[in-house]
Amino acid sequence: MSKVLLKIDGRAVEAKEGMTILEAAQSAGITIPTLCHHEKLDPYGACRICTVEVEINGRTRYAVSCVYPVEKNLLVRTRSAKVDRIRKMILQLLLCHAPDSEQLLDLAKEYGADRDRFEQETSFCIHCGLCVRYCAEVKQKNAVGFINRGTKREISFVPELAVLECWRCKECFPLCPTSALQAAYVFIESLKQGDDSPALLSYNK
Amino acid sequence: MDNGRIEQIIDKHEGAASSLIQILLEIQSENHWLPKEALTRVSERLGVPLTRVLHIATFYKAFSLVPKGRHAVHICTGTACHVRGAQRILDAVQDTAGIKPGETDLDMRFSLETVNCLGCCALGPVMEINGKTYGKISPAETAAVLQKYE
Ligand code: SF4
Ligand code: FES
Ligand code: FES
Repeated sequence: MSKVLLKIDGRAVEAKEGMTILEAAQSAGITIPTLCHHEKLDPYGACRICTVEVEINGRTRYAVSCVYPVEKNLLVRTRSAKVDRIRKMILQLLLCHAPDSEQLLDLAKEYGADRDRFEQETSFCIHCGLCVRYCAEVKQKNAVGFINRGTKREISFVPELAVLECWRCKECFPLCPTSALQAAYVFIESLKQGDDSPALLSYNK
Repeated sequence: MDNGRIEQIIDKHEGAASSLIQILLEIQSENHWLPKEALTRVSERLGVPLTRVLHIATFYKAFSLVPKGRHAVHICTGTACHVRGAQRILDAVQDTAGIKPGETDLDMRFSLETVNCLGCCALGPVMEINGKTYGKISPAETAAVLQKYE
């Protein structure tokens, strides 16, 4: 495979053709924040937090680094005033759905995002698709998928499959950037045991 | 809808995964909705995961996962129909049929939906039943039209 030379944050990086900017950066030890990316999964490009500034032939554009393939002589800036602004806005929007996600709050600190910038509409899921794609691509069980669309889009387990597969797998739990999956699980467990967990109490109110 | 008919529809498309939407559309148009058994069967025969079938069946408004009435009533609330009094048509139909948009009555006679422009604004306000268009309709006339559908 032929080699591609590009510059990331002023450093010359040698990448293989077909690599994404994100992979090239990672191979050179440069960090770009990601939420929906996972090495074992096909590129998806859902969250856009990995947006970077790319310059080619003197023109600057913004590219989603986890799906953008490297090009010869590409100049990449992983941070700039505008990139930071884009990431800040994305974080503020995602935080309306998952205001307590640690991963999001950490990034929010870094980019100065205000978690109360927009009215909260907590659905806890930010539609990164990691659980759905992991279940399909790695485990090949397809126990969880997306349903509906637009503002009503959400993840949904197929009960018949989930009951067979999920209890002993749960590998999607740690992938979830918002912990929505664990939360749902803990909640259901507490319902089953009928104990007085705080989640249950506030639910019964 | 009996299973034999579902198999027939799938056979017609040679069980090709690429015909998924077409198959669902045919089941929908004959049965007016997609029962769970149909979705599971389609998923098995086409070798498409059920999550994927559900993803598609819930994505398009043309599909319904709940039973629908024998007659699909669409009231246009697009801009042109709106200014020509679509709301009053809708109110009248709701009163006669006893259901709100998105609902189906207990006798499974009507399912009511609003749509945003049927593409014949000059006829506004427009009501459409099972694909037949009733244009320039007045609230008082709607009851008589609905009567025609048993
Ligand atoms: S539940 Fe979590 S992992 Fe699954 S799509 Fe939503 S945010 Fe992503
Ligand atoms: S990590 Fe690139 S779009 Fe989510
Ligand atoms: S707005 Fe009703 S047909 Fe166009």
